[in-house]
Amino acid sequence: MADGRLNAVEGLAPHASRLRTLLVRLVANRSIALGGGLVAIITLLAVFAPLVAPYDPLESNFRARLLPPSAQHWFGTDHFGRDVLSRVIYGGRLSLEIGFLVVLATGIFGTLIGGCAGYFRALDNPVMRLMDAWMAFPAILLAIAVSATLGASVTNVVIALALATTPHTARIVRASVLVVREMEYVEAARALGARDMRILFVHVLLNSIAPLIVRLTYVFAIAILAEAVLSYIGVGPPPPAPSFGNIIANGRDFMVEAPWVTIFPGVAIFVVVLGLNLLGDGLRDVLDPRMRVER
Amino acid sequence: MLSFVLRRLLSSIPVLILVSLMTFALIWLVPGDPASVFLDASATPEQIENLRRQLGLDQPIWAQMLSWYERVLSGDLGQSILLRRSVADAILERLPITLSLAALALFFAVLFGILLGSLAAVNHQRWGDQSIMALALLGLSIPDFWLGLVLIVVFAVQLGWLPSGGYVPITEDFVGWARSMALPAFTLTVTQIGFIARMTRSAMLDVLRQDYVRTADAKGLSHSFVVVRHALPNALVPILTVTGVIAGGLLGGAVVVEQVFFLPGLGRLIIGAILSRDFPVIQGGLLMLAVIYLVINLIVDLLYALIDPRVRYG
Repeated sequence: MADGRLNAVEGLAPHASRLRTLLVRLVANRSIALGGGLVAIITLLAVFAPLVAPYDPLESNFRARLLPPSAQHWFGTDHFGRDVLSRVIYGGRLSLEIGFLVVLATGIFGTLIGGCAGYFRALDNPVMRLMDAWMAFPAILLAIAVSATLGASVTNVVIALALATTPHTARIVRASVLVVREMEYVEAARALGARDMRILFVHVLLNSIAPLIVRLTYVFAIAILAEAVLSYIGVGPPPPAPSFGNIIANGRDFMVEAPWVTIFPGVAIFVVVLGLNLLGDGLRDVLDPRMRVER
Repeated sequence: MLSFVLRRLLSSIPVLILVSLMTFALIWLVPGDPASVFLDASATPEQIENLRRQLGLDQPIWAQMLSWYERVLSGDLGQSILLRRSVADAILERLPITLSLAALALFFAVLFGILLGSLAAVNHQRWGDQSIMALALLGLSIPDFWLGLVLIVVFAVQLGWLPSGGYVPITEDFVGWARSMALPAFTLTVTQIGFIARMTRSAMLDVLRQDYVRTADAKGLSHSFVVVRHALPNALVPILTVTGVIAGGLLGGAVVVEQVFFLPGLGRLIIGAILSRDFPVIQGGLLMLAVIYLVINLIVDLLYALIDPRVRYG
């Protein structure tokens, strides 16, 4: 009873102050600060790659092949004598770009599919069974198959990874739409004569966005990991442009005499993914109390 | 219980039909003609036409679909273009390797995941909890194939303790088998353990706050007895859910890990087929993996009903 009244009062609080409360909680969360910090550092390095990278990532120097890490080459050089640090910094550009595009595509399609399935009762069962079937294929194999069949290019890698991550996203959106759909304000909007599409997009989806944001943070992490696997198998973004994954794939044959070529891009992937996972955990705690894992 | 099992079995039929339809449709994803994609540019029009006939591509779609279902239901997955043998035989020959790798990893991930997750919950918000959760997060963030490569360099090349790859059948030499599976299974376990540890911890925290746990504590039982006997069984349902969810991740992970360690499993077969566009093998292999995934989730759901009576009558 007391709780209900408290919630009612909170609901009446002016919008701006609720936003401020949310911002304060976001900033105060340790996972978000740490994860966001890691992601921000890597992103800044990638964006300002031409200013930061000590060498041209594509310039080979056959007198400097497979040099171990040193003051000149912090991360050593690869079998073409290219500076691994510079390649990792530039590789971040492509890997993050792919991750971002996958998030965008999955966000759009996952929302449309999950939103419609959750909102229109007639669509729910057939669409979700289709998603179940889709999810029965190991996502990474699906991505490898799609990327290999369409041919290796950045666009096709994005398509492959978006296809692999969409069904789970749709399922999450649907679950929260099912809850929001029954809220009183949705009924109110319907009573006021709002159309289905307006209710779905303005009232329902906007209010079920929290789990989607959390999911998309993890999708970003999954996409970075999966890009590396695709490159390793040989169906990732084609050379010479470096990505985290294809630097590792190039270094694989020299794993024993020059492990640094493989190790450093792997560490870069690890740092970004760790940052994104921390960010996702923190966002989930703040935005979505229903899914909160106890601290 | 019986009616629950029947309902659950019936509900997996439409998903199975969709899964098989999707594997069938995979061949239509290829831009252009699958037969000419498989053969190189030097192939004569007759060769392409022969392959088209062999793949049944000269038939109308509905006839292709009908014969695909007819064959699949009788256990015939067609002939591999590349290996020139039955797809079903090739899959069955490699399946045990993939399944044993995934099963080993699942076993260790569940065992240590539950152990670590429970330890974390019992030490809630102390350093033990925080370090276990940090480890779980690290495991979730490591690229699996990269970890495999690093382990090969350290344990196979530098220390020489374990083979760098290859497979020894368990029937030939148990020790050899265990040595060949150690690094792949460890790699796969590390990347999956975090999911189970995190879920165990949060489920245990929920349960440990319940009245019956406080009662058991209050009547003087040792706390470790209360945790193992009263709390853990009640935390099993969410743990089981995650186990079903990671089954897909495990199969996908096994595919990648096989590639790194040169294990001749189903994953290597399918990836090889994908790269050489051997469509019957791709279709058959994907269908097999999807069916395994569905069966695992069916088993998980049935276990739910066994553990939690509410599910049976819900």
